[in-house]
Amino acid sequence: MAAEHAKGCSVPRGGGWRPGARWARDKRQAHIDALPEHQRPPIRDLGRCDVAADHAFKRIKTDAWGHPQLPPGTGGGTASAPGGGGGAAPKVSLAAIPLHHASHGPPPRSGEDLSAPLVTALRTGNRQLVAGACPAAQALGITPGMALAKARAQVAGLDIRPADPEGDRADLERLAIALARRWTPTVAIEGEDTLFLDLSGVTHLHGGEARMTRRLVRMLARLGVTAQVAVADTAGAAWAATHVPAECNFGGWGEGNVLLCPPGEHPALLAQLPTEALRLDAKQIELLHRLGVNQIGQLLAMPRAPLVRRFGASIVLRLDQALGHLAEPLHPVVPPEPLAVTQRFAEPIASPEAIAHWLGELVPRLALALAQAGLGARRVELVADRIDGVPQRIAIGLARPNRDPAHLLRLLLRRIEQVAPGYGIDAMTLHLRRGERLGPEPVTERLDEEAAPDLAALVDTLATRIGERRMWRTRPVESDVPERSAARAPVLDPPERTAATLKTGDVRGLDRQAALHPWHPGWRKPARLLRRPERLDHVMAELPDQPPRRFTWRGQAHKVIRADGPERIFGEWWKRDAERHAVRDYFHVEDDAGHRYWLFRSGDGERPVTGDLSWYLHGVFG
Amino acid sequence: METGGFKRRPVLPFGIGALDKRLGDKGLRLDALHEVAGTTPDMGDDCAATLFMAGIAARAWGPVLWVVRRHDLFAPGLSQVGLDHKRLIYAEAVDDAEALAIMEEGLRHRGLGAVIGEVKRVAMPATRRLQLAAEGGRTIALLMKRHSREGVDPLGAPSAAVTRWRVASAPSTPLPVEGIGRPRWRLSVARQRGGDSFELEVEACDATGRCDLPAKLGNRPAAAGRATRAA
Repeated sequence: MAAEHAKGCSVPRGGGWRPGARWARDKRQAHIDALPEHQRPPIRDLGRCDVAADHAFKRIKTDAWGHPQLPPGTGGGTASAPGGGGGAAPKVSLAAIPLHHASHGPPPRSGEDLSAPLVTALRTGNRQLVAGACPAAQALGITPGMALAKARAQVAGLDIRPADPEGDRADLERLAIALARRWTPTVAIEGEDTLFLDLSGVTHLHGGEARMTRRLVRMLARLGVTAQVAVADTAGAAWAATHVPAECNFGGWGEGNVLLCPPGEHPALLAQLPTEALRLDAKQIELLHRLGVNQIGQLLAMPRAPLVRRFGASIVLRLDQALGHLAEPLHPVVPPEPLAVTQRFAEPIASPEAIAHWLGELVPRLALALAQAGLGARRVELVADRIDGVPQRIAIGLARPNRDPAHLLRLLLRRIEQVAPGYGIDAMTLHLRRGERLGPEPVTERLDEEAAPDLAALVDTLATRIGERRMWRTRPVESDVPERSAARAPVLDPPERTAATLKTGDVRGLDRQAALHPWHPGWRKPARLLRRPERLDHVMAELPDQPPRRFTWRGQAHKVIRADGPERIFGEWWKRDAERHAVRDYFHVEDDAGHRYWLFRSGDGERPVTGDLSWYLHGVFG
Repeated sequence: METGGFKRRPVLPFGIGALDKRLGDKGLRLDALHEVAGTTPDMGDDCAATLFMAGIAARAWGPVLWVVRRHDLFAPGLSQVGLDHKRLIYAEAVDDAEALAIMEEGLRHRGLGAVIGEVKRVAMPATRRLQLAAEGGRTIALLMKRHSREGVDPLGAPSAAVTRWRVASAPSTPLPVEGIGRPRWRLSVARQRGGDSFELEVEACDATGRCDLPAKLGNRPAAAGRATRAA
């Protein structure tokens, strides 16, 4: 104790102990550090006792496979062509879902604790459920499918993000298409998280089944997807093998995330798997458990007729599919083919007339292909292969999807001088770089009205000449500061801001007054606005609110005959801090020659903080 | 229909008798090129010419393409002479040749009501190209000729334009109270095909793009009827 006093610690005179005392912190901290991460006490507990408290809530008991009573559809499966080499079913485990949101969700706010357990939440009806949980959260007892409020109560400081099932589905489809392009031609999507890959005749290209599956797992890990892969003779068996707890080690066939079932051994594999692995309804599985049937092997030994009578035909169907007695066709994803038309020449061409002629042949073929695909082009590229191997490219962009051959040809011909034919061109290809769906469109809605002119063709033509950035429209902005009152907008599709339709009985419906136009049409505005207000010299004006009598602009003196004003405009403090107190007083003045100008004085003439009383010319009236 | 070689051309009248009857076509031909310049290089006259063109374009029928060289047009001001921001498309050109080429594209498209361009120096062949592009359509071509630094008259060069206008701002209509009344312009037709040159002072465009003749009210007894009723 004397030593503690010598260190000047905070022990009270009597040597009494109190929670959180400085002298007791080191030992306690060491004790806490020794604990596994999910057992460390939350901060709110640390002030009250010096030992790590047990968690306030008991851990939820999970069943053997980590995820308790999940709604059906979270499983995966496998495909096999009977008699073929085998099927593989990589199962994207649920741990991938939080990863997906970490990459696509909102960026973390500054100061946010990135190490907080991450879960995704999904609203179903009136309930919010946990859709996915990261390994740290699962170690704390949070399982997918539990109520979010329960998870919140269980773990403080949980990082909750909204689940995005459609985004997950789209990602899975993208992954399936990528696999179909690079690994095997037949890839099918099963459920929400499983892919079937038909490996018949492709494993030798990737160094055998074992090597291929290892590479697959590594590739998926690089993409941030935790995968379970199983290879079996049938899709059902592979599905079953990927949807079992990791502890099962099927007689040395499994290794890490990969399970390779030797040919013909899948009945033995299935026999030792739990019934959950059979792609059945949750209700059927529950009933099977109540009857004491926990393994597929027990199910196989049962007579079939009573099974069908009790559970319906689906259980036998699934069993037969898994065993390979019944074929299970796959619905493979079809990777989209890029659209292109090519023309090769017997003799190289080098003259612009010849190029124009062959463009005239190619463009209708592209238009036909577009029409068959129901697409309109947004971006088209011509690649002319020169005999010395230097491709010549012309790219055109279109403001709206279009497949009119005449219009496309006109745009391409305009750029034809960019092709340097060199010694000659021996092939020309038109690639569709970006396409959008283009269906039939109404020409005009009424016969007695003239159709509104379509400006897209003009915009395309001008954009090929000067670029899209140098064409614009203006759009009113709710700002009284003149240089901010008009903003640029894209030329086509001017955004129509329609007021939200009010419900019947909304009190705002009583307000019959139309919304005020942000440009205040009643107040006269100049025809041209100087890019920057120009400072005036020799201004003679009375304070605080009289227009100037005379001023000098660009070296020329003007005598003011008539004037209107002031129109006071306050700075927009919510945009820039420098405008917090700024005031401009605008005056509309007419000089002795009949010219009309828009002047302003910075400052209201009373408080120096609003401006330094200097005068500027901002615009000129007609 | 057989018209004996005479073809009826679409014309946009000003709606001012004194102005229309002195124009060769009783208005501005829609399928033709018209040149406009400020009388002096002063920016006030330049803006008067701008609003004069904007008013004509506002009374034309469809979308308007404005080929600019600088970003100084103020859309709220243009909308006050009737040229709504929804109708107006801007295109920026880096030099006169590009501005003329963009104007020609706009004229050939046939879906625009007016094409306006701002240039400094134009040769005769370029104006003839514009005139030819405009013929047969309903797109009025308005070419604003800016004053160059040398002080040469912008409308002096030969041109294929049908009419050539000079616009200058004039002192506004006097008001009985403090303030600025309706602005006035001094319009002068420097040259026109099928007519003589003349000068006229008008009141500037109103919110629908229409000009007016200044009313010569002089010293009319104000509100005489009401005065008798009060008495």
